[in-house]
Amino acid sequence: MTASGDIKPGDRIVQKVFPPITRHTLALYCGASGDHNPIHVDIDFAKAAGFPDVFAHGMLVMAYLGQALTDAVPPPKLRSFATRFVSITQLGARLTCEGTVTELFAEAGERRARLALTTRDERGEVKLDGSAVIAL
Amino acid sequence: MVDQSAVGRSFTPVTARVEPGRLRYFLNTLGEQNPVYRNADAARAAGFAGMPVPPTYLFCLEMMDVDDPFEMFSALGIDLARVLHGEQSFVYHAPVLVGDTLTFRPRVASVTEKKGGAMTLIGIRCEVTNQDGVHVADTARTIVVRNEVAS
Repeated sequence: MTASGDIKPGDRIVQKVFPPITRHTLALYCGASGDHNPIHVDIDFAKAAGFPDVFAHGMLVMAYLGQALTDAVPPPKLRSFATRFVSITQLGARLTCEGTVTELFAEAGERRARLALTTRDERGEVKLDGSAVIAL
Repeated sequence: MVDQSAVGRSFTPVTARVEPGRLRYFLNTLGEQNPVYRNADAARAAGFAGMPVPPTYLFCLEMMDVDDPFEMFSALGIDLARVLHGEQSFVYHAPVLVGDTLTFRPRVASVTEKKGGAMTLIGIRCEVTNQDGVHVADTARTIVVRNEVAS
């Protein structure tokens, strides 16, 4: 389903499931994103910092959520996108990204919708909690 | 520990060019198959004058092209191992396209202590403009610093 003029509050317009996050994904994302913090790729560094293992970049998870979002909403319609990183995303997590319309309103001379966004892992634990504003 | 004196501090502006090869690497890493990001005709059909970037890519551009990606942490005396990303937001004003040259101007907007000093939240705001001086986006992030608490 894609966002169009006839959406209404309660409609779930974003839903996408991603493959499990591997160490390889984290290494590639480290290079692709410019975020070279070793905590995401170097297990020795992660352990010294008090974590049991490396873990996903929050922005990798937000990038997946962004992908789910622009699968449903044409990118030129996106006005804002925000997330809170609720909990650390572990290796192997299979993420499900979802977005539901919460409000329709007018702003800056156009009709807009606000979406509530979540990313959960395979156990249903919330990883990201966010929102987006789109033009209709 | 970072305190209120950091509020208003700005850091070296970052100039970043949106390069097609690096963008393709990002798209491949994420398994992004949306033709709007990969095919010039699809991008034009969606109303873009060129190839757009995905919604979080602005964050990457700033980090990729900065001389020292962790300048802010060293300038504020923060140990990288104690940093977590708390919140991130983007407000989009105009399209960002492959070939654009963007300027990021980050500054500390807020410093908040939590849990009796066990954590410090640092709010960073950043205005993004393109080569024509167009204000294309505003980004904001909250960095969580896990402080060493004296026992």
